[in-house]
Amino acid sequence: MIPYSFRYHHASSLADAESRLRDAPEAKLLAGGQTLVAAMKMRLAQPSELIDISGLAQLSFIRTDSANLTIGAAVTHAEVAASEAVKKAIPALAALAETIGDPAVRNMGTLGGSLANNDPAADYPAAALALGATIRTQRRAISAEDFFTGMFSTALEDGEIVTEVAFPVPQAAGYAKFPNPASRYALAGVFVARTASGARVAATGAASCVFRIAEMEAALDRSFSADALSAIAVDAAELNADIHASAEYRAQLVTVMAKRAVAAAQ
Amino acid sequence: MAAVSLTVNGKPVSAESEDRTLLVYFLREQLGLTGTHVGCDTSQCGACVVHLDGRAVKSCSLFAAQAAGREVVTIEGLAGNGELHPVQEAFREFHGLQCGFCTPGMIMTAVDMIRRKPELDRATIRAELEGNICRCTGYQNIVSAIESAAKKMKGGAA
Repeated sequence: MIPYSFRYHHASSLADAESRLRDAPEAKLLAGGQTLVAAMKMRLAQPSELIDISGLAQLSFIRTDSANLTIGAAVTHAEVAASEAVKKAIPALAALAETIGDPAVRNMGTLGGSLANNDPAADYPAAALALGATIRTQRRAISAEDFFTGMFSTALEDGEIVTEVAFPVPQAAGYAKFPNPASRYALAGVFVARTASGARVAATGAASCVFRIAEMEAALDRSFSADALSAIAVDAAELNADIHASAEYRAQLVTVMAKRAVAAAQ
Repeated sequence: MAAVSLTVNGKPVSAESEDRTLLVYFLREQLGLTGTHVGCDTSQCGACVVHLDGRAVKSCSLFAAQAAGREVVTIEGLAGNGELHPVQEAFREFHGLQCGFCTPGMIMTAVDMIRRKPELDRATIRAELEGNICRCTGYQNIVSAIESAAKKMKGGAA
């Protein structure tokens, strides 16, 4: 499959990418391209120009301090999965990265790309929301709470570039997903974090956008155990129904995945 | 159109191509390296896997321009000095193929897998083959070939 014609530009710096974006409103940023290139081949996307930011050193780092694990936007899923720093600070995040796509996709796909795309079945949004991450751009810091605004939409403005993501280090965290047997995208995935200010639970794959589950958080605050969630179900009326699964089935999966995530939390 | 220059199988190459040229077509049509296959063309099947700076990637899902200045290794670049790579040798020994269409991608994936995880058990090999599809359903022998190659390479036979 051959995409529409476009111009390719390898950004030499963040400032270069910014100015190209300003000059070409129909341009798109290219990071790993594991969603964008497929969409372009299907001719569902038609950027005038691709501005490749994948090689930028400014976006390729993993850093920890006492409170946060901060990961550059261009860090690949494979790098997150293999990082000793990530495994030490938030092992659930490294484990999550290891379940995205397949090894070849993980060698290209990036954290920033996944968050900016906000696919309703992507894994990283669940971690960002449950951990209370802060998404930084070249202009400002956006809390995960405000960042994910709907299906494939985010709070990012025109010309705004995700540069890094700061994940507060939790006391414990776990992620469990039920992949579609064919596509391997999450039919439902739940990330659970136990933090000093309380438990946080976020679900992906089940609805049009990642969402938190307040009732489960309250139950985990009373008792951080899988059993505490047994009687809690999300409202199926809010969930996706398609050829892969009914809304009721997804509701059931959310509870089961939440329990597994709590059981796996470390 | 622009000239894309990169290193393929250890040799510098340069060819004029449209910016929208996918790496797999650049390799096959511009360089004549037809060992890298186009199977599904949607990033599912892994027949197009090559190495970009030593890491397995799906060459149907990146543009040749993204590989400019970088190092690509294809199935044609694995054997050296008339000797098959240990993974190729193991696929032959264990008959890790039926029709052979998926084999180049399977082998390139296996080489990257063994690099990252020298301690491979069969369950890990199967999980790591997530992105490679064999429609002859020949997985059993593919797994055996990778398992054997990993052991041999660890033992220094590589």
